Amino acid sequence: MTHPQLSAAASAELVRRHAVQDATLMTILHAIQDEVGYVPDTAIAPLAQALSLSRAEVHGVITYYHHFRSAPPARVTVQLCRAEACRSMGTEALKDHIEGHTGCRFDSGHAEDTELESVFCLGQCALSPSMMINGELHARVTPAKFDRLYAAAQTKVAEVTA
Amino acid sequence: MTRIYVPIDSAALALGADAVARAIEGEAQKRGVDVQLVRNGSRGLFYLEPLVEVETADGRIGYSNVEADDVAALFDAGFHEGKAHDKNVGIVDEIPYLKNQQRLTFARIGITDPLSIDDYTALGGLQGLRQVLDMNGDAVCEALLDSGLRGRGGAAFPAGIKWKTVRAAHADQKYIVCNADEGDSGTFSDRLVMESDPYMLIEGMIIAGVAVGATKGYIYVRSEYPHSIATLNRAIDKARDAGWLGASVLGTSHAFELYVAKGAGAYVCGEETALLESLEGKRGIVRAKPPVPALTGLYGKPTVINNVITLATVPIIFAKGAAFYRDFGMGRSRGTLPFQIAGNVNQGGLVELAFGVTLRELLYTYGGGTASGRPARAVQVGGPLGTYLPESQWDIPLDYEEYAKVGAVVGHGGLVVHDDTSNLAELAQYAMHFCALESCGKCTPCRIGSTRGEEVIAKIREGDTSVKQITLLRELCDTMVSGSLCAMGGMTPFPVMSALDHFPEDFGLPRTPAQKAA
Repeated sequence: MTHPQLSAAASAELVRRHAVQDATLMTILHAIQDEVGYVPDTAIAPLAQALSLSRAEVHGVITYYHHFRSAPPARVTVQLCRAEACRSMGTEALKDHIEGHTGCRFDSGHAEDTELESVFCLGQCALSPSMMINGELHARVTPAKFDRLYAAAQTKVAEVTA
Repeated sequence: MTRIYVPIDSAALALGADAVARAIEGEAQKRGVDVQLVRNGSRGLFYLEPLVEVETADGRIGYSNVEADDVAALFDAGFHEGKAHDKNVGIVDEIPYLKNQQRLTFARIGITDPLSIDDYTALGGLQGLRQVLDMNGDAVCEALLDSGLRGRGGAAFPAGIKWKTVRAAHADQKYIVCNADEGDSGTFSDRLVMESDPYMLIEGMIIAGVAVGATKGYIYVRSEYPHSIATLNRAIDKARDAGWLGASVLGTSHAFELYVAKGAGAYVCGEETALLESLEGKRGIVRAKPPVPALTGLYGKPTVINNVITLATVPIIFAKGAAFYRDFGMGRSRGTLPFQIAGNVNQGGLVELAFGVTLRELLYTYGGGTASGRPARAVQVGGPLGTYLPESQWDIPLDYEEYAKVGAVVGHGGLVVHDDTSNLAELAQYAMHFCALESCGKCTPCRIGSTRGEEVIAKIREGDTSVKQITLLRELCDTMVSGSLCAMGGMTPFPVMSALDHFPEDFGLPRTPAQKAA
């Protein structure tokens, strides 16, 4: 799958702005992803240079952590908790419902405008199952509640991009 | 004027508390009712969230599970004067779930505005630090040891010994690191501290810094907790403005600076040495111990690394004295533990009690049984690396040593309840799968063992219940327990073996006569 990537010059500029004194690679990666939504491949070389690391080391850190993405996120990202507490409250059945409703599969990238991602614990274990849609947290999620929230997220994105 | 509290803790937000707050403001304005809205923390009674509280002459009266659509009807009923309504749960402090707890660490939780320094100091905040500033560092470490406080992250190592080691080490720089990578399913006590009483954690870290001679602190928070990160950052800014942090802590010669670092979704970074690697900006790969972080920690310097609850408990120990804290608990488990009742449970929430309480009491007296209404079958205690306890073990007192006797762990006190529709073989397979996903890859038993473990359990679940497969699984678990570098690989077998031992029927195996009797 190929994605439009930020130009080398734009990435270099991003790195220059965020590679402030004493900032660790992790801190800079967070700053970049918070700003543009992902860590472009084109940022690897300038990051390596700024921090006196090899490109392999930078790549190694980016790919080690689940949080960092190398491509722009989908328009709607659903992060469903699949850990024990949520399992005890039917998150696996909810997962099946979500896949059926959206026509997408969990953890298989995103060709369409929706990405389904498994996460492990959002700290709402007394109110399972829980999930995030585009970063917004929801607890005690039922299939009907998911459908409502998903539709609202799609509408919101459509409004923003319109 | 009426003061109305709507929690800002993420548990309440996840159930629509912001919309409730907006509705209350809108409705009050429309009706010309003079309302002062306070965004408090959560009381930890999550089953009642969003729990709106109204201040009255008799105390704060609660209205539970409020949705934005309920607000107009609540005003109609006169809730802003504390009047009756279906959702009225009475005076919040009198709710047995809350009243019967022994809240030491969580004494202020939900009562205050998490970011109000005035609220914090009005309810005992800073008393501990002020005591410590008049003490010698050795005496502080000694008092902490006296209190009996053990690491609340799960390992239960005496905090005082760790602090003493760091204090005795000679170095140009020492660090205090707070492990706030609360990745275990079934836990939310760290999150509750960070979002609902962040100054308590900040105070605890300053005390640690003063005691051991460290001038820099880091709180490593998982990226899945954006609300915690935001609240901590704002609290640290305010604490700095108030003179708690910086070159001179409360006007003394002690310097302490505090930063928040954000994790990036790697579960193994909850392991202390992997966390330190991550904090240095690298891949979160576990380090071999020794050397221990107390001597060779962050950037190779002596480092106190403690979990959120450990550090958050420090202020009350110094405010009220080591003996006060030590008087709670049993055996070598002194003080209280915030138990977190989670999963398939009717009344989920945080229950802080002295060690010695039983699972049965937590599950029924507090938890009110399962959410599904079906019989409870297994409770996993201590997170994804803790064992599944069958009903025959629910009367063992929750105490580090008593649990160790049956091969279980208290851990951080998280309880995940499963009802009789659960399949423990599936959960065992999931435990191996999770380990395979999250292993840092440094040691072979964890990296390879987890994948092989998942495969073997899958085979057993598909019907190959031969002695060969079961022996293979047990031997594999044995290798992981004895051969892994850290708890990730070393304890993943705990849930697996407990599932196999106590619930063999889920694996397609017969129960032994002893199991039938139990």
